[in-house]
Parts: sequence; C-alpha cells; structure tokens
Amino acid sequence: MNAQSAPALAIDGLRVEYPLANGSVFTAVENASLVIQPGEIHALVGESGAGKTTIGNTVMGLLEKPGRVAAGSIHIDGKKFDAVKGSATGIVLGRDVGAIFQDPMTSLNPLFAVESQLTEAMRFHLKLDKGDARSRALELLESVGIPEPKRRLKAYPHQLSGGQRQRVVIAAALSCNPKLVVADEPTTALDVSVQAQILKLLRDLADSRGIGILLVTHNMGVVAQIADHVTIMHRGKVVETGSTQEVLRHPKAAYARALIGAVPRIDQRLDRFPVLGDEGKGRAESARAELRAKAGRSEANADETPILSIENLCVDYTTSGWLPGSTGHRFRAVDDVSFSLRSGEVFGLVGESGCGKTTIANVVSGLVRPSAGRVLYRGQSIAGEGATRRVGPLRQAIQMIFQDPYSSLNSRMRIGSILSEPILFYRLATSRAEAETDVTRLIEAVGLDADASQRFPHAFSGGQRQRLSIARALGARPKLIVCDEPTSSLDVSVQAQILNLLKDLRDATGLTLLLISHDLAVVRQMCDRVAVMRQGQLLEQADSETLFDKPQHPYTQELLSLVPTLDRIRGETQAA
Amino acid sequence: MFKVLLSRLGQAALVMLVVSAVSFVMFRYVGDPVATMSRENASVEEKAELRRSLGLDQPLVVQYGRFLTRTLSGDLGISYRNQRPVTELIAERLPATLELVIVATILSLALGIPLGVLCALKPDGVAARLVQALSLVGISTPTFVTGIVLILVFAVSLGWLPSFGRGQVVDLGWWSTGFLTISGLKSFILPGITLALYQLTLIMRLVRAEMIDVLSSDYIRFAKARGLPTRYIHFRLALRNALMPVITVTGLQIGSLIAFAIVTETVFQWPGMGLLFIQAVSFVDIPVMAAYLLFVGLLFVLINTVVDILYAVVDPRLRARSA
Repeated sequence: MNAQSAPALAIDGLRVEYPLANGSVFTAVENASLVIQPGEIHALVGESGAGKTTIGNTVMGLLEKPGRVAAGSIHIDGKKFDAVKGSATGIVLGRDVGAIFQDPMTSLNPLFAVESQLTEAMRFHLKLDKGDARSRALELLESVGIPEPKRRLKAYPHQLSGGQRQRVVIAAALSCNPKLVVADEPTTALDVSVQAQILKLLRDLADSRGIGILLVTHNMGVVAQIADHVTIMHRGKVVETGSTQEVLRHPKAAYARALIGAVPRIDQRLDRFPVLGDEGKGRAESARAELRAKAGRSEANADETPILSIENLCVDYTTSGWLPGSTGHRFRAVDDVSFSLRSGEVFGLVGESGCGKTTIANVVSGLVRPSAGRVLYRGQSIAGEGATRRVGPLRQAIQMIFQDPYSSLNSRMRIGSILSEPILFYRLATSRAEAETDVTRLIEAVGLDADASQRFPHAFSGGQRQRLSIARALGARPKLIVCDEPTSSLDVSVQAQILNLLKDLRDATGLTLLLISHDLAVVRQMCDRVAVMRQGQLLEQADSETLFDKPQHPYTQELLSLVPTLDRIRGETQAA
Repeated sequence: MFKVLLSRLGQAALVMLVVSAVSFVMFRYVGDPVATMSRENASVEEKAELRRSLGLDQPLVVQYGRFLTRTLSGDLGISYRNQRPVTELIAERLPATLELVIVATILSLALGIPLGVLCALKPDGVAARLVQALSLVGISTPTFVTGIVLILVFAVSLGWLPSFGRGQVVDLGWWSTGFLTISGLKSFILPGITLALYQLTLIMRLVRAEMIDVLSSDYIRFAKARGLPTRYIHFRLALRNALMPVITVTGLQIGSLIAFAIVTETVFQWPGMGLLFIQAVSFVDIPVMAAYLLFVGLLFVLINTVVDILYAVVDPRLRARSA
C-alpha cells in the first residue's frame, strides 16, 4: 500500500438527517467517521436501518431528498466532496467513484445491450469515441472474468446469469479507473459459489489496482473473508471499528458481540441461536401450550409410515414450439428425486438457485404438477401417479411459509382477517368469537402482542411479518409446514429469532418441517436430516451432523468450503 | 407458440361469428325489409313473391348461412338511402376517418409524452401542476362540448379555421387525402384536437406514472451513480422503459378512436365513417348500420389479436427460455 497518497475515502463526523412531516428530525447517521486507504477493503456492517446504506448513498451522491448532510465532511482521494450537491472540484461521480449495487437483476437496464451500458460512462467521462470505448469494454469484461466477451457485449441483461450480470456491473464501476468503489451488498443476491467468485474478484481488484472499496453488508462471513477493516453500526451510530481480525475475534461493544454471536455457525450445532435482547417468553409459551392442546395428540408419532415421501419425482417445464407437434424447449427442473420425511423431524433441502428445491416445495404444496413419480402424504398419493384431488384435511395438513414476508401477506387485509381466514375456511372454530380467540393465541404464540390483529401488514417490520406468516400457517393446524427460504430476506438477529421460533413451535406442537434454504449454516442449525441438490438431482442425503462433518459428495464438500464463515478471517489464514 | 397463435385466431373467428350474427339479426328484425322495399299498395301475393325472391321464406339458419357467404365474398348489400353498394360507401369514407385518427394519434403522442415527462420530473413545479389540473378537465369534458367550444372560439369568433368538412381533397387512386392542400390541413386542426384530447390526457398520465416508477428503479439509480448526465438518464434511458406500456395502450386506443370518431365527425360534419353511420341511423339504413357494426367489430378483433400475439412474442419469460 502506498502511504504517501491520500486516502481513497475519508469521512469525518458525518451526520445525515431526514426532516419528518411533523417537524421533527430523524437522524439516520450520527457522527460517523472512517478512513479507507487505497487498496483497502473497509466493511460497513449493521442491520437494516443501521444507517450503513445511507452512508454508501451519501458517498455515491444518491442521498434521496429530503435527506441532508447536517454535519461532517467527506474527502475522496483527498478532495473535498460536497454531498449536498453531489459534486467536488476534481471529482466526478462515476469516474472517480464507482458503484456496485445489491441486485444485479435490477441494476442493469433491461432494454439496453451490455455494450451500451458499459461504454456510456466512458464516453461521457473519458470522452472516448465509440471504437475506443468498445475495445476498453472488451478489456474490462475480460478482466472481470466473463467468457466470450465479444459475444457478451451484444447480449441483453436477461441473457446473462446473475453472476455474469454482477460482473458486468463491476466492469461498469471500474470503467473509468475509480479511486473508490462503493459496493452495497454486492453478493447478497447471489449463490454461495458465485459469491465466492465475486468476492475474490473484488479482493483482487483492490490488491492489483489499489482501489479503495467501501463494502456495505450484513453478512459477517463476507466481512471475515475479504475485509481489512470493519466498522459496525447500530441505529445510525458507529459502535465499533478496527481491523477485521480484532473486531471479529475480540468485539468490545455489547452490540458487536451480540451481532457476531447471532451469525449461524456452520462448524457446530447449538441448541438455540443466541439472540439480541429478550425474547419475551412467558406469554408465548402458554399460548403454544394451548395451541398444542387444541391441535390434539399428534396421532402419527407411533406410526412408522413417513409423513411425506417423494418417490422418483420428475418435473419438466416445457415451452411449446412454433409448429404443431414440435415440443419446443424442455427443461427438467427436478430429475428422479426420492426422499422421505419422518414425523416430527426437520428436513433440510439445500442447493443453489435453479437446483429445483423450490420446485419440489411447489409440488408438495400442490402448486406445480409433477411429470413423473409421486408424492405420498402418510401413504396416500397427493401428487403425481394415483393422486386424488386434494380436499379439506389433506390441504389443511400441509401449509407453506414463503420467502418474502413483504409480498406474502395481503396488504389490504387486517392481520386478524388474514389469520382467521384459514381457521374459518377449514371450519376449525365453531363461531367467529372462537376464531378470534384462536387468532389471539396464534399471535401470542409467535411472540407478538394480541393487539396486532387490528393492524395492517405495513405496520410491521420484516421479522414481525414473517412471524405473522408463520402464525397464518399454524392457523390451519398443519402437520407439515414447507418453509421456502423463510429467513433469507431478514437480518441476522431477526433470522435468529425466527429460527428459534420455528424450533420452539416444532418442539411444542410436534410439527414436521421441510426447510428449503441456500444458507448452509442455517440448515445445519435447524435440521435433523439434510439433502443436497444440484441441477435437479439429489446428490446426497444424510443426518445433518454426518453431512456437515463428513460430506461424501464432492459438490457438497465444495459448497461447504465456499461458505464465508467467521472462522476464516482474512490475515489469519497463514497463521492457522 | 403455434398453439397460442391458433387459439387466438380461433377466438377471433368466434367473436366475429357472434358479431355477424348480431348484425344479421339487425337485418332481419329491425323493421321488415319487404315492407320497406315494396310499393305501398302491393298485394299480398306480390309481397310473398318479393319475400321468396329475397329468400326470406327460408329457415333462419339458411338465411344466416347465405348472409355469411355474401359477407365473406365482400357483398354487404345495398344502402337503402343511397342505392349504392355499402362496400363502396365505406371505402369512400374510410380515408377521411383514418386520416383524422392518424392526426389525432400523432398529436396525442407528440404532446402527451413530453407533458408526461415534465410532470414526472418536476412534480411540484407550476407547469406540472397546471398540466395536471388541465388534464383533469380534458379527461372529464365530453367530446362534443370541446368540439363546439373550439368551433365557437376559432371558427366563429376568430374566424381562423374552418368549422366543418375536410376542405379541398386530392384523390390518389381510390384514396382521397386532405394532407396535400392548405385548406385540407387547416381542416384537420380543430377535429384533430377534439379527437386527440382524451387520448392525450390518457397518454400523459400513463407516461407520468411509468416515468415516476422507472426513475426510482435500481438501474436508474445505478446510472446516476455512474455520473451520467441527467438529460441522458431521463430522455434516453428512463423514457425508453417508460414508453413500453404506452405502445400497447396507443395500439389499443387507435381502435377506439376509429370507432368513437362518430361524435367528433358529427360535430365537425367530417365526411368519414362515423358520419355515414349517424346518417344511416337517422334514415334506418340497415345495411349500412350492419356493415358498420361488422367493420368496427373486425377492427377491434384484429387489433386485439395482434396485441395478444405480440405479447406472446415479447413476453420476456418466453424470450428467456429460448435464449
């Protein structure tokens, strides 16, 4: 590193405020300071609402009105940056500051080819002509590791995979040789193996080009893997800052300790996730006991038949061709998969996006029809060969929890109506009044206050909404709940609470859970048995302890080795 | 893909069959054609003879079959009033209506898109608020009121523009156009504005809503973060995304413009198909009414079918799968 040159980014005493409608002022960031030297990766960590993205946006000149910088200074490459106007003498956004956004699916414009989106910044900032910009774009694509760059230049974003798109975004951020790159959750939307590649690319860019990188993330594993320094934020304030090794190994602030503790571990199984603060148990526990009493004895516990078995399941997606008789494209999403769930266990299904795990969830819940094979619920076929129409009790027995708690609750219905819907639909209560007591019990069982039933979903945070989704699934008194990525859109600490809740409910009501996730650490903490999928095929299934300690299939081994964890902290690898 | 195409065409044919049935029923039951066509003191035998020669004594199904065959071969009957083939009448009036609709569409796009963009970019500006308020007036005033007010102001009081007709037209083969003479062009202005007004406000509001949506999208934020000039971001990047639904709506609106040009054509005595229809109604000229019904039905079915098929072609999920 070059000690003489000015820091890539120096923030001193930054305060960002949002004036509210009622005249008061919300302080999103207070007295934040950090310094990034060229070639250094500085991670900014915290939960949603911690102010980390606000800092990123301020540096990129994207602070949305009515937000304003109230105090403090920002220097980029030694030059003062006016965050209010988004300008500085000698600093041009896009030329000296590059940006990488979270979701590569949405940060590229779907109507323009890669070439146009890559070259426009160079043509405006470096005044290159079309030909020069094009040859430079080719170099950039090559340097970020995109195969066949010539062909990719002409491609539209939808023709590229998520990882390739993120590489294009990185190439665009690098196009004008920036001093500083702000990367806002650059790998959150990506699979583990792609994440590993992108992280390596960022690290290489910092090392070889001497770019300072401000990495905004909530993933501690990512921080451990590539950051040199880390700053932890909580409610707009910097809680702790220092070298990655120091902060992650010996956190001083209580919040930093709690946050790091909440990260699910992949190396060993814990009884419960450590959570921040009080879980508010008392009322919830008695509500769960009542739920259990109402649901009656889980009659199948003694029974040896698996609660759910999937036999030689295949699912094809086809598009019809132009001519009659031609089949068009056929895509086999699930290929000859068999496994079964014992009553009362938590079964995990892991794999990267596109491996077919969600398709299986959809088949189990009756949203997709299998092309071959069948699904049995307690020995009775519910999908595929010999399936009968799913009626009352069968439908009721299998419920789902979806990934996105923001779109899976109807925003125009009160919580009370949302939760009483399954109860009334399956006639589980004899009167409306009884249904209402049931709703109250459900809300308390998931750890919320009973008055929630009067409110609409928008009044709740993501974690609270996911609790409500769980309550809705429980309302039908199911035997099996299919959870499709139940925590992947939540913060670590909230994730820990939700997973604890699922565990408690499983213990209290004898539920069986089919947990679908790409997060291996979560799966290890939650599941009794695990199956690994790739490209529609089931590669390996085993008890989770066995699978994580002695993975048999090379793909499983590779997946496990790619997960960024707190055990592999940058700078320690040589020492270990 | 072929299946989609086939089912869409099948649906279109079915709709046209129903429309033709309605139009046939009109022929048969709105007044008695024999009573209309025969002399006043014709004997019962003469009427029966006429009935037989017209084929009206045949069972209903046979008559409908004949009607279909004739219609398909392009014979829509003879106008009672003008005593000329209806196909000829329609062909004569079609250019006037189409030209008016073209002018109205261009006008509404040329004004609606920039105004929509203006409202989206400066939602609190004076101009945007004024345009928003006026657009409410535009969308809620009936066409005939707008037309009459325009005539009153620009034709009667100021005397700048003609109040009715197409002005001088030039014949190019069977197509007569008003685009080539000064008086023809002048005549387009008032009816063009009248017809365009509703569509203009619609397009403006659509562009505004889409543009606001697009401006808050990630790819526009990404473009800003790359420091691209604001003008370039707004007019080259964002506008293209915002225009996608506008294309669809404009396509569908052209159909209703043609069908609903009736009011405008009546107010401005524009010698188009709408006027032809209104005159046919007042003279109970059933063949013309029936043909107009068929024509408008065909137009809507055609446009909707094309749009449906285009959707299937453009659907990004289908594109993604074949990529």
